[in-house]
This record gives sequence, C-alpha cells and structure tokens, in this order.
Amino acid sequence: MSTRTVLHEADIARALTRISHEILESNKGPDNLVILGIPTRGVTLARRIAALVSDFGGAPVPAGALDVTMYRDDLHRHPTRAPQPTQIPEGGIDGKVVVLVDDVLFSGRSIRAALDALQDIGRPAAVRLAILVDRGHRELPIRPDFVGKNLPSARDERVYVRLAENDSREEVTIES
Amino acid sequence: MRHLLDTQTLSYDDALRILDVAEDMADTQRREVKKLPTLRGKTVVNLFFEDSTRTRISFEAAAKRLSADVINFSAKGSSVSKGESLQDTAQTLQAMGADAVVIRHGSSGAPRTLATSGWISAGVVNAGDGTHEHPTQALLDAFTIRKRRFGADSRGRDLQGVSVAIVGDILHSRVARSNVWLLRTLGAEVTLVAPPTLVPQDVSTWPARVVYDLDEAIAAGPDALMMLRIQLERMNAAYFPTEREYSRRWGLDAARLGALRADSIVMHPGPMNRGLEISAEAADSPRSTVLEQVANGVSVRMAALYLLLAGAERDADTTDATEGSTR
Repeated sequence: MSTRTVLHEADIARALTRISHEILESNKGPDNLVILGIPTRGVTLARRIAALVSDFGGAPVPAGALDVTMYRDDLHRHPTRAPQPTQIPEGGIDGKVVVLVDDVLFSGRSIRAALDALQDIGRPAAVRLAILVDRGHRELPIRPDFVGKNLPSARDERVYVRLAENDSREEVTIES
Repeated sequence: MRHLLDTQTLSYDDALRILDVAEDMADTQRREVKKLPTLRGKTVVNLFFEDSTRTRISFEAAAKRLSADVINFSAKGSSVSKGESLQDTAQTLQAMGADAVVIRHGSSGAPRTLATSGWISAGVVNAGDGTHEHPTQALLDAFTIRKRRFGADSRGRDLQGVSVAIVGDILHSRVARSNVWLLRTLGAEVTLVAPPTLVPQDVSTWPARVVYDLDEAIAAGPDALMMLRIQLERMNAAYFPTEREYSRRWGLDAARLGALRADSIVMHPGPMNRGLEISAEAADSPRSTVLEQVANGVSVRMAALYLLLAGAERDADTTDATEGSTR
C-alpha cells in the first residue's frame, strides 16, 4: 500500500482561486450566484469559494449547504447515515445560478442525488458543478464545469481530501 | 437501530440521534416540496388494535413524506374481531412484505412480543402499548422542549438541567412512563404531580420526584409543565370524587397559568379534555406547545422510520468517514 500526495496546501489554494475566477468569468460577474456545498468537505470548499468570488467580484455571494443523504440511491447498501443539515441562503435558489461544490467527483451519484434535492427546494436558472478532484469512473452522464485537478486513478484506489477546517491538515492524497 | 420499543432501554446516543435526525426532517418540511424519496419501495404497516386518530395520522404522514407505502390496519371490523391471534396477524403482514410495523396495542409488551417472537422480520415501532410506553410521544415532547429552549442551536444538545413537571393520571399513562425514562436519559429532572390514587405503586423505583400538590409544583418553577389527559375510558374505579374536584385541585386553570414562571411552557399530548385537566386559557396561550407537538411528532416519526428502514440490514453505527473524505 502506498500513499502519494497529489495536492499540497498551496496547490489547493491555487486551484480554488482559479475555480473562483472561472465561475466569475462564465457567470459574467458575481450577480445571481449561490454556492452550495455537499457535506461534509464540499461545504468547507463552498464557503472558501464564495469568499473568493465575493472578493474578486466585488459583491457578496452567498454560500450554503445541500445535504443529499435522503436522496441517495445506495441507502440500503450502507449502514444508516445520519443526514447533515441543509442551509439554503436567504433569498432561496429560485432563478439563481447555483454552483454545486464537492471535494471528489467519482461515480457522479452524489451529484445526481444533489440535483434531485435541489429540485425539491426550488427552480434555479442554471446549475453548475465545481469539483476539487475529478478522479474519473463516472457511472452517470454527469460532468463538472470547474475542476481543481483531474486525477486519473484506478477504481480500487482511494482518494482522501483533508481540509484544515475539518481535519486540521490540508492535502489531497491517493492510496493504492 | 432495529426496533423502537421503549425509552427505558433507549441509549443516550440513540435518543440524541433520533432528535438530531428529526431536526433535519423538520427542515425538509419547510420546503416547497415536502416529500422525500428516501423510503421509496418500503412498506409501513400501521397496526392499530386500539383507537387512535392523531398517532396513526402522524405515523401515516411521516411514512408518506418519506415516500413509503402505508397500509392501515385497525382491529375494528378486521379479522382480529373474528378472533385472529397476534401471531397470525403478524405472519400475514410478513407474507405481504411489510418492512416496518407500527403497532398500538392494549396489552403492555405486545410490541416487544412482536419484535422478538421471530414471526416477522420487519422493524417494529411501539405506538403505545397498554400502560407501558409510548416512545415516539416522549421523543416528540423532548424535541419540543429542546426546540423551545435552544431554537436553531438544538442539534447535539441534551436536556441537562431542564426541569419538567408531569401532571395528572400517572397511573394509566404510558406517555408519562416514556417521558420519565427518556428525560432521565437526557439529563432532565422530572417531578410527577398527581392525586395519590393516580400514582403507581412502584413509583419509588422511578427516577422522579413525586408531589401531590400542583400549586407546590408550579411554585418550584418548572421549565415545562406537561398536562396529561384524564383517561376517562380507563377509569373503571373511583380515583377521585368528581371531575370538578379533580379540575379544581389538579387542573391548569387561569390562576395557575398566571402563577407559572413567565418562560415556562405548557405541554399536552392531546387529545385535551378542555375544562378538566387544562383550561381554554392555558391551552390557547402562546406558552402552550400543543400544536408544535403535533407538527414535531411528524418530524420525530420520520426520523424513527428513517433510522429503522433506510440503512442496510443490521446496521453498525457510522456517520461520516472519520479521517478525510474518501471516495
């Protein structure tokens, strides 16, 4: 078993900075944006991205959390998961451009669940997807709009994202 | 969690978990679309051997909000009135593919029999058995107290230091029993207030103080005053001289409501006998949580059904990956 660090602290910061600029570029400014993270680490990333976008764009962009537990299609295959809180910023998501944020994109099933969850909360004008690490192996026709790093991986390898707020360390590692 | 049978054996962690998941369920009930797809394809049977409207409707609403299929089975006008045994009824439900059975029964212990007999593989939720327990009622009461006390910060908190007075027919009340055990587990202090004839004989073994005078209990300034229904249908002996006398000494009238600490809440599991154990002034005051309790009941029952039915068979306790997020 070997562990390799693929993103260090500075790499993560650079990736989030670039993603934030790309979000502003594709949205033509900070208006109408809502950044929603998928628990647990997606929420941390969403908060950071919203802060950066607000900073670069010159107008506050709200961040929130979108729990997808109750929309998953694999609930019956795992021990009961405790749902995490969902926080939708004031003003809701109707007519907004929602940027979903998650740490790792793998099968795409979490994102499928997130799209279902969003639908029950409101009707966004558009939904975009920002991902820190895309490791491939999609099982659904889902693709990210903003990617921190494309990480070719074998299916049985494990990718760990650790963030200072959650894990008191900041790195992305791959274990094979 | 495999079954929810009582609060006496419910662990602190499980109790808190149900309350916290109920918070998430309550959040989803404020959305435009209240229905979640979580329990699609699961079948929940409401097996009611005793009359109940609100508990059955509450469980039905909870199951339907989670997209489970609901089958209501009430003993009246069913095969039970033709003499079918609990075993045969249970095995019939098993054959129909029930994933969870919500049972209310006149005999204490019937849900445990159902859960441990091997007749069915479904999860069993006790919705009230005889004079034994009514765990989801106690959970929704605890949820309501916690919500009023901590508001949006409720998650993860217990009821350490909260004082609760439970008033009325303790003897026949499964709600009181479930509350005593759950509130003890969550760290609250419980005082029971009742006429001596309506206090159970084994009360000395309960983690609760007993007083016989409601005014004394109110003067002590409890955080929550829980009025129990006088169960006239169970009153086959003379426990108090007249209803008027009961109302005068143990009913929550306007004067006693005024004597209650300003931030105390008034609870009632319903249905209320207005003018008997609770006056209209008390029932309709802003301190009354009666309707909140009903709304919270749906959230708590959603949480219980979710924790019983959503996971893999025989679950272990895991929430999130402990170290790092792994995919």
